[in-house]
Amino acid sequence: MKPERAALAAVAPYLWLLAFFAVPFLLVAKLSLSDSVLAMPPYAPQIDLSRGADGVRAFLAALDLETYLRLVRDHLYLDAYLSSLRLAATGTVILLLIGYPIAYGITRCAPGPRQALLMAVILPFWTSFLIRIYAWIAILKPQGLLNAALGALGLEPVNLLNTEAAVILGLVYAYLPFMVLPLYAVLTRQDESLIEAAQDLGASPTRAFWTVTVPLSLPGVAAGALLCFIPMAGEFVIPDLLGGSETLMLGKVIWIEFFANRDWPAASAVAIVLLVTLLVPIMLLERAPPKVLR
Amino acid sequence: MRRGPSAFNVAAIVAGLVFLYLPIVLLILYSFNASSLVTVWGGFSTRWYAALAKDQQMLDAAWTTLRVGAISATLATVLGVLAAVALVRAGKFRGRWGLAGMTYATLVMPEVILGLSLLLLFVAVGAPRGFWTVTLSHATLTLAYATVVVQARLASIDRSLEEAAQDLGCPPAMAFLKITLPAIAPAVAAAWMLAFTLSLDDLVIASFTSGPGATTLPMRLYSQVRLGVDPKINAISTLLIGLVATGVIAAYLIQQRAARRA
Repeated sequence: MKPERAALAAVAPYLWLLAFFAVPFLLVAKLSLSDSVLAMPPYAPQIDLSRGADGVRAFLAALDLETYLRLVRDHLYLDAYLSSLRLAATGTVILLLIGYPIAYGITRCAPGPRQALLMAVILPFWTSFLIRIYAWIAILKPQGLLNAALGALGLEPVNLLNTEAAVILGLVYAYLPFMVLPLYAVLTRQDESLIEAAQDLGASPTRAFWTVTVPLSLPGVAAGALLCFIPMAGEFVIPDLLGGSETLMLGKVIWIEFFANRDWPAASAVAIVLLVTLLVPIMLLERAPPKVLR
Repeated sequence: MRRGPSAFNVAAIVAGLVFLYLPIVLLILYSFNASSLVTVWGGFSTRWYAALAKDQQMLDAAWTTLRVGAISATLATVLGVLAAVALVRAGKFRGRWGLAGMTYATLVMPEVILGLSLLLLFVAVGAPRGFWTVTLSHATLTLAYATVVVQARLASIDRSLEEAAQDLGCPPAMAFLKITLPAIAPAVAAAWMLAFTLSLDDLVIASFTSGPGATTLPMRLYSQVRLGVDPKINAISTLLIGLVATGVIAAYLIQQRAARRA
């Protein structure tokens, strides 16, 4: 097939993504400049096309930054913003610390078990997010399985559900496959002879690991960190089900503004803030070599 | 020479797998608990499964979810194959950057943002929210995953057969249908299954884009979970986990077999 013909195949998916991905973002941006009203749809202004160009002009004149000012003035939003970034960053660091040994361990296994282990790591990712988080509620709640186990050992019960610690635990649990996969992808492609060369030249295995293996795996570290950080910063289900009312993250704020407060402009403005924040990490991720992501 | 795993490596893997699977195993185990208390084991029982079979709301939601999943996965797979063909075969073309960019952006975009933006689109065009709006939204979400899966396979296959067919006078479109499409068929099947699974699991986008009469299973589960732990949720979760695990392992085995044959 000639390249020009193949390019024709792009038309349908391109138009689809334009209509269902790109245009909707413009609508979110527009709505974030609108005002909240008690009507359906619950925002103003609307474009009045029957008045022609005047209608469009009146519409544009009514857009303003009022919603964003509201976000800046209310410390609740700033707190949610900062705690989103903080929790996502904490989760990413913990994921690296436990994901790296797992990925490295798998690459050192024989090819047969390696495939099976990789499959075992991927499988939970395909199991419902909601169900896996729900499973933790039964473990962490005050009369839950964890405290039952602690009690059986004669230890003091702990109260983890509805705390920030539970949210971090949930994030780490849910995103572990996302961290292990890119790390595994770079580690498994490493040339073993480099390690041998380092050891022939007198480096201890530990030193060879830290001076050869780790630096060479940094693209995978970056890809894994971004792949986890970006969706975690906008996470809704985990802070909602495992966190208490004081653990606010932006994803949850968008949900509350939309469903509970019916303040669509505020939800849109928070979404835009989140999107702008994540734009740099998303662009960095897209520049990662595609091999790392597979 | 490849060195085997050290004791530390084995410990890391075992601890990791226990961490990943223990909650799921406990969830499945307690779906067979005769007692309605989560921490007390009251003996083996299938009463929660029986209760599930009588829960009409839950069954309706499950049926809606399966239909949304099947239709959206089919849409996403067709579009994903087209996108993958363009990205792998078309070299540099106008719009390549946009297509690849939008695809990768969908993969990492927080679901709340996708859900909100799609809802605003449906409100703007005046589309009544319900079954079809959820289906179109899920197709958009899963299109990116389908593209990536098919793209990987398409990039790895040998093009000389297709070229040979063309040299022998086969029209390009026919050569693609007769030679390339069968070669990427396992990846296409895997892409469909993954798209279906993702649709089956999605809570956030469905909540934003659904309307009355189109409650999906995750939405129903979520409203129950908020009320607390309930063994019936364990039962339906176990069924879902079984369904998804079977699908994913089947997709994996199909791909493995195809890779060995190639």
